[in-house]
Amino acid sequence: MSDDRNMADDRNMADDQNMAIASSADVVGVRRLVRSVALEVGLSLVDQTKIVTAASELARNALVYAGGGDVRVETVRNGARRGLKLTVSDDGPGIPDIDQALSDGWTTGTGLGLGLGGSRRLVDEFDLASAPGKGTTVTVTKWAR
Amino acid sequence: MQRVPVLKLGDVLIVSIQVDLEDQSVLALQEDLAEAVVAHGAKGVIIDITAVEIVDSFIGRMLATIASMCGMLDAQTVVVGMRPAVAITLVELGLSLNGVRTALNLEKGVALLDHLRSAAS
Ligand SMILES: Nc1ncnc2c1ncn2[C@@H]1O[C@H](COP(=O)(O)OP(=O)(O)OP(=O)(O)O)[C@@H](O)[C@H]1O
Ligand SMILES: [Mg+2]
Repeated sequence: MSDDRNMADDRNMADDQNMAIASSADVVGVRRLVRSVALEVGLSLVDQTKIVTAASELARNALVYAGGGDVRVETVRNGARRGLKLTVSDDGPGIPDIDQALSDGWTTGTGLGLGLGGSRRLVDEFDLASAPGKGTTVTVTKWAR
Repeated sequence: MQRVPVLKLGDVLIVSIQVDLEDQSVLALQEDLAEAVVAHGAKGVIIDITAVEIVDSFIGRMLATIASMCGMLDAQTVVVGMRPAVAITLVELGLSLNGVRTALNLEKGVALLDHLRSAAS
C-alpha cells in the first residue's frame, strides 16, 4: 500500500514542477525546465520553441519588474490531447493598466515592450492577473497538436 | 556567467554561440565584440546561432544592437544559422530584426561579407 502511494507521489511530482526565479541564471533554468516538459508532452519542435520563448519572457519580466518570482510547470490533459501549463507569479508592484502592458511596444523599462504581447501570441491560452500592490500572475497553456 | 569566445579570421570576427546564455553573458558579449572590432580593425562580424534553440526579445535585441553598433564602428554584421523554428517564433513574437543581415550558414555568411565589401569599394 505504501508502495502505491509512493508511485502516486512520484507521478504528481513529475506532473508539477516548481522553480524560484531569483537571478538571470534561473531564467535559463526555467527555459531548460519548460523545454524538457514540452518534449515530454509531445509538443512539436516549433511549439516547444514558442512555449520556451514565452517562458523566458515571462520569467524575465518577474525578475526585472518584481525582483523575482515563482514558476510552476504542469502537464495538462484535454481528452487525448496533452499540453503544458505554465504559471509565472510574483509579489511585485503589479501592473496598473493590463491592456496597455499587453500592447506591443509599450514598456516602462529598457526593453522593446514585446514580452507580454508576444507571449500571448505564442501560446494557445493566456491569462494575466495583476493589480497594483497585488503582484502579477501569468498563466499560459500550449496544447500538443 | 559564461563568456563567448570571439575568434579572428583575417579582418572578420566570428562568434559562435554554443550555450544557452543568461542575460548578463549576452551583455558581456556585446561589449566584448565592440572592443574586439576596434582592437582588430575588423570589417566584418559573423554571429553563428546554429546551436541557439530560442531567440527571445532580449537576445533579439542584442543581435540588432550588435549590428548597429558594429555599423558605427565600420564593420558589417551577418547572423548565420538561424533555425526555422526560431525564425517562426521570432515573427510571432513581433521581432522583425530590421537591419540585421542574415545568411543560412557560415559559408554563405562569409560570401555575403565578401560581396558587401566589394560593393562598397
Ligand atoms: N511581472 C510584472 N510586474 C510588474 N510589471 C510588469 C510585469 N511584467 C510586465 N510588466 C510591465 O509591463 C510592461 C510590458 O512588458 P513586456 O514584457 O511586454 O515588455 P518589456 O519587458 O518592457 O520589454 P521586452 O519584454 O520586449 O524586453 C513592462 O515594461 C512593465 O511595465
Ligand atoms: Mg519583458
